[in-house]
Parts: sequence; C-alpha cells; structure tokens
Amino acid sequence: MTGTRAGWGFVAPALIWTLAFFVLPFAVMGAMSLATLDGRTLVWGLSLSNYAELAEKAYLWRAVVVSLEITLTVTALSVLLAYPLAWIIAYRVPERWQRLALLLAILPFWTSYVVRSYAWLLVLSREGVVNQALIGLGLTAEPVTLANTRLATVTGFVHFFVMLLTLTIYANLRQLSPNYRRAAMDLGANAVQTFRHVILPLTLPGIVTGAFLTFVLCIGDYITPQILGGNTELTVPQVIMVQLGRRADFPLASALALVLMALVTLAYLAGARWLRVDRL
Amino acid sequence: MSRAIPWAYLALMFGFIYLPVGALVLFSFQDGTLPVPPFEGPSLRWYADVLGDEDLTAALLNSLLVAVGSSAVAVTLGFLAAYGLARFVLPGAALLRALLIAPMTVSYLIVGLGLLIVIQRIGLPLSLLTAGIGHAVINLPLAFAIIYASMGGQQQNAERAARDLGAGEIAVLRLVTVPMLAPAILAAFFLSVTLSWDEFIVAFLLTRFDVTLPVEIWSMLRSGLSPRLNAIGSVVFLISVAAVVLAELLVFRRRR
Repeated sequence: MTGTRAGWGFVAPALIWTLAFFVLPFAVMGAMSLATLDGRTLVWGLSLSNYAELAEKAYLWRAVVVSLEITLTVTALSVLLAYPLAWIIAYRVPERWQRLALLLAILPFWTSYVVRSYAWLLVLSREGVVNQALIGLGLTAEPVTLANTRLATVTGFVHFFVMLLTLTIYANLRQLSPNYRRAAMDLGANAVQTFRHVILPLTLPGIVTGAFLTFVLCIGDYITPQILGGNTELTVPQVIMVQLGRRADFPLASALALVLMALVTLAYLAGARWLRVDRL
Repeated sequence: MSRAIPWAYLALMFGFIYLPVGALVLFSFQDGTLPVPPFEGPSLRWYADVLGDEDLTAALLNSLLVAVGSSAVAVTLGFLAAYGLARFVLPGAALLRALLIAPMTVSYLIVGLGLLIVIQRIGLPLSLLTAGIGHAVINLPLAFAIIYASMGGQQQNAERAARDLGAGEIAVLRLVTVPMLAPAILAAFFLSVTLSWDEFIVAFLLTRFDVTLPVEIWSMLRSGLSPRLNAIGSVVFLISVAAVVLAELLVFRRRR
C-alpha cells in the first residue's frame, strides 16, 4: 500500500500540471464555445449559435474546406515524395554513408519554422530565384506569381513534411528484416511485386502513422498559410487568429478550435486500423 | 540508364530540400538592400546590423530562457511521472499514461488558445512566464514518453540491489536511476529545448511586451523581404544545427 502511495507521489506533479494547464483550459474553452458575445460583454450559457454560425456564414465554412483541401493535398504529396527518398537512402546508398545521407536530408528541418516559410517567400517572390531561373531558361518572359498563392502554401508545407516523413519511413524500412526481400526474390517475385506484396504492406502502419502526424500538424498550422498563402483564402487557424485579434470573439474562436479537433479525430478514426500511436 | 534514376531523384530531392535554406544563407551576405538575385557581395553588414539590434538580442536571450526553463520543468515532471508509472502498480495506470500523453495530440494553437482564455479570466499578465508554462505543457508528453520508453528491467535490478544495500528512495533515484537514464533524459531535454526555441504560436499568444525570437522575427516580417531577416534566420539555423550536433555527440555517441 505504501508502494502505491509513493507511486502517486511521483506521478502527482505531472498529473496536477496537466490537469491545471491542459485539461482545465480545455474545459473552459469548451464552455467558452457555448457562450455568446453581447456587444463586447461575454454571456456564459449553453448556446449553439457559434456552431450555427459555421453553417450560416460562407467564409467560415469555406475555411474548413480550404483547410481540408490543403491538408489532404500536402499529406498525399509528402508521402509520395518521401517514400522513394527514404527507399533510396535505405536500399541504394551504401551502408556507411546512410547515416550521413539521412542527417543531410533532414538538416533543414531544424531551421526555425517562421524562418523556413520566409525563405520560401524569398525563393518564390517575383524577383526570386525560381522566377529568375524560369526567365533565364526562356520558359517565361514575365515573372510568374508564385508567392501568396495556395501553391506556395502547399510547397512550404510539403518541404517540411517530406523531411519528417523521410525520417519515419526510413526508420520503418530499416526495421524490416532483409530476409523478407530475399525470400520474395527467391520465390521469383520481381522488384515491383516484392514492393507491392511484401514491403508496402509491412511499412503501411508506419506510413499511416506518419501521414496522420502530417495531417495533425498541417491542419493546425497558422504560420505557413499566413506567410506564404497571402490573404486570398483563409484556413481555419487563420480565421481563429482573426477572431482573437481584431474582434476579440473568443466564443467563436473556441468553437472553431473544437471543429479543428473534430477534424483531427475524424482523421484518426479513418486511419485507426493501421495507426500505432505508441510509435509517434 | 535505369540505374541512374534513383541517384537523379536523390539529387532532385536534395535540391528541393536545400533550395530555401541555400537562398536564405546566400542572400544573408547580400551587399544590397534586397535579398534576391543578382547576388552582390559577400558582405557582413547585415550580420553586424542584426547583432547590434537590441530588440533582437533581447528576444534571443528571452527564447533561450524560456526554452531552458520550460524544458527543465517538462523533463523533471516527465521523469518523475515515468518513474512512478514504471516502478509502482497504480490503479488506472493506462488512463494516467493516456492523460499525460494527450496534449501531444492537440494542435499547439488550441493549447495556446485554452491557456490564453484561462489566463485572461484569472487576470494574470501575459509574460515570458506564461509562454514558458505553455511550452512546458506541450513538451511534457514528449519528455514523459521518451523517458518512460527507456525504463527497462535492467535499471530496476540495479535499483533493487541499491535498496538491498540500504539506499533510501531518494538516494536510489539520485545515484542509480538518473545516471542510468542519463541518455534518455538528455535526449528529452535537448529535443524539448529545440522545440521550444522554435515554437511560435503559443509564444505569440502568451507573451506581450517581452517576446521570444520567433515572435520578434514574425513582427519583422511585416516590413517585407530584407537581408536582415536572412541574417537573423541564418544565425538561428546555425544555433539549431549546433544543438542537434551537440545532442548527437552527447547522447548517441555514448551508446556505442
């Protein structure tokens, strides 16, 4: 019995911290989403009007659609680009260079998040490197608008998540015993068949876990769309920040935050069959 | 021909990965006032400009303070909880673990928004302290998970031996558990520091007058492209890479 009590003593600080600074704020935010604003005064209550606003106001609904479109595009593109890269590093690069190749492939991951988005703005701007290259190659006479578009947002996101996914997929591929590949080859499977029927199914849990992580981080991000997307179309986090700033509409912001959580939960349920949260 | 395809792909992807960082660092040495081609220079004027900027250096020190402080809290609480859950049989242990990990599954924006609402209700002023609390909340699950995962039977045997030899609970922790878990604790600490150092949204929502570096850089961004931003961005990149290399040398070399 004393053992149990001592155990609680060790867990208590972290537990109290999490309850006070995570669970309580979360509950208050939930209550806030059911409150309303009367002019500038907050009226607590059990009103669903903030959620109703989501259905009524086109720009709120549009933000949900934009967020989902961007996030799904980014997740799909990142997996498709990262998988071959991880594959090449794991199976083509000689053993002794692998660690270095992997380290180099994810080094820019450690650039500051804000700075990385700024760097893409620099590259994609009208006078930037990409436009100069396009003009130099004679592909276009006039600079193309690349910055402040959805394309720029997606590019910035994909750059970040390709590095993240390369790391997780590489770890997955290395965990596979080479015997599986050898056995498949011995039994007459060619490279494509080996991949489709052996490697892909075995690495699927890792891919889904990485894709889920990408989804969660991407849909909740404010910086990348704010810096790179311009203000032509807003994502949910951007709309939340607008509510907090200019209008100080905390009830609506809270309701939108909970909608964001609901989307993440849906994504989790969609991938639950393959997800290994303990590997995150 | 087909043998060359993987290498071409590798080169292409490395080009994509290094394009923004390359442009960032190259044009930080720009001699003109716009960080776009043609490149003039190299010049160190923007570095001198940035290092002489008091707002920026203050923000840099603030960031270090918040990163180290919040990571120390997160790692200490995470270690104690991991020890409690790994060594004692507690009712509802699975639920407790899930609760401690939960903040990891929620967007930083939502964690920050919840804290902001509560802090404003209580009437507490926004400061580096509130930003530090926010960072400790988002880093605690990570620290807990890393340390908990590395608590094995091997240490437990050593702990039992120490207890048999008459060591008290605190002495066991201090002389056996912590030293044996040092790699995991250090890894958790460094990861936590790098994440906090780089974190924007929670720091943006929870600070007011004294801000951290990402928030300061954010406000500089409003005035558009400038080699000053390239210079400070390159400095931040260098510091992060140094932290990663240090962590690699300290933590991962030791395992060999």
